[in-house]
Amino acid sequence: MSEEQIMSLEKYFEERIARDEKIEPKDWMPEKYRQTHIRQMSQHAHSEVVGMLPEGNWITRAPSLRRKVALLAKVQDEAGHGLYLYSATETLGVSREELYEQLHTGKAKYSSIFNYPTLTWADIGAIGWLVDGAAIINQVPLCNTSYGPYARAMIRVCKEESFHQRQGYEIMIKLANGTPEQKEMAQDALNRWWWPSLMMLGPTDDKSVHTEQSMKWKLKRKTNDELRQQFIDQTVPQADLIGLKIPDPDLKWNEERGSYDFGGIDWDEFWQVVKGHGPMNKERMKARVGAWERGAWVRDAAMAYAEKKEKRKQAV
Amino acid sequence: MKEHLYNYILGIADNSLILGQRMGELCGHGPSLETDIACTNISLDLFGQVRSYFQYAAKLAGDGRTEDDIAMLRKEREYVNVLLAEQPNTNFAYTIGRQFLFDIYHLLYLTELQKSKDLTLSAIAKKCIKEVSYHVRFSSDWVKRLGDGTEESKQKMQEAVDDLWVYTDELFHQTEADKVMITEEVGVDVTKLKEEYYTRVSEILEEAGLNIPESKWFQKGGKQGIHTEHLGYLLADLQYMQRTYPNMEW
Ligand SMILES: [Fe+2]
Ligand SMILES: [Fe+2]
Ligand SMILES: [Fe+2]
Repeated sequence: MSEEQIMSLEKYFEERIARDEKIEPKDWMPEKYRQTHIRQMSQHAHSEVVGMLPEGNWITRAPSLRRKVALLAKVQDEAGHGLYLYSATETLGVSREELYEQLHTGKAKYSSIFNYPTLTWADIGAIGWLVDGAAIINQVPLCNTSYGPYARAMIRVCKEESFHQRQGYEIMIKLANGTPEQKEMAQDALNRWWWPSLMMLGPTDDKSVHTEQSMKWKLKRKTNDELRQQFIDQTVPQADLIGLKIPDPDLKWNEERGSYDFGGIDWDEFWQVVKGHGPMNKERMKARVGAWERGAWVRDAAMAYAEKKEKRKQAV
Repeated sequence: MKEHLYNYILGIADNSLILGQRMGELCGHGPSLETDIACTNISLDLFGQVRSYFQYAAKLAGDGRTEDDIAMLRKEREYVNVLLAEQPNTNFAYTIGRQFLFDIYHLLYLTELQKSKDLTLSAIAKKCIKEVSYHVRFSSDWVKRLGDGTEESKQKMQEAVDDLWVYTDELFHQTEADKVMITEEVGVDVTKLKEEYYTRVSEILEEAGLNIPESKWFQKGGKQGIHTEHLGYLLADLQYMQRTYPNMEW
């Protein structure tokens, strides 16, 4: 293809996106669009799967049968999200094995929030309330993103994430209205998860590398700082309502802006965790790589069995 | 209180409780995302069943105890699940083997329980049977895959079946509660399921190219609350919150 032809293809492509048309797997797309989507979508898929670990940590110890059933259902949903996000990513011409390889070698990232430990039952409430809450804020705009398979996956995912968010908040309500010990457990969880949740919405706009291109492709509709503000404004009244205190002495309602002002985020901590040195980075990766390696003989067996079965079918 | 009926329900429900707890350990640690989803789903089904049984048992007890008290606040010797259910997830072959050897029994059992004169129990059985039919399909398919997969998987699956086989006979032992409930046409006579059970199990094992263990030595005791050493640790997790924070709502 001549340079000119490519230029006109690209122009046509950008026009389609501007008209809000969906790009489908068989359509022509610029290589950079493909790579950017593989990176973002697989990162999202990995986050769902790694996210199963901190929550799975409390399945055997859930305090009641009702909570245990709900937590199992939630973690199962997250696995399902991982599955359709991997499938959607595969439509861009990359295999699931390659994507796992990238995760296991540390080449691909996943949401840093899952590198924090779940220490008490209240952490399960805090994760649902804050982490799923922040994820929704990140993801709702993606229901209209330009790449068809991603947009469709997000519609389904977002519905379930809002259910998780309500469920998590409900755990917190129960604790906050419970005994002093329960209330303390809830407050402690909020103290530990609040700042990492704010970091989940990404580095500040001046430090964010991908924003402009991502806006054009509708991978992003609002900046990180706008999303963070939205999250804070939405979450503070929810904490107030159940008598929990946001661990930020600088948090104050700003009448003029119609928003909360908030204190400085410890970005050194953020980068430390992103670079692989958070409290649980090594354990999370060990768990994933370990599961993958321990399962190799099982996957090999399934493959060998499927081949034998196919051969027998042809022989008949 | 209808004590025999209460004990009879514990005998059914404890199997689902302990097996569900075992399956719940695996979430995020299995060989593939698909098997993780399936194992979580089986755990979810089993705990759903447990809730129906224990809600009924709590009503019968009528002493203010809840489903959670019954599930989480008994002593180790008061759990009456079969030994098979509490065996650990040594590797994926053991997980599948344990599930398979239980599922085949579970389906035969529920099929009979549907005819119970106790309408609550028959309704629960009818609801559970759909789920358990799916469990049977899942675990049988995996027994075949692993048995007829690679040399390594065949060997691992065989080892698991051989080890777990000693716990199968207990499934068909009658308890005191069983005997009373059978005369009242509420309970299932498990001794009558034995032949069909071993026929079905053998069929699948043969199809998978696995040997049917010949051992005539079996372990028992679970139904009387005499367990293997594994159960205590499982209960430590299961009961942790209820023991550490007594009398609270969650
Ligand atoms: Fe998500
Ligand atoms: Fe999710
Ligand atoms: Fe979620």
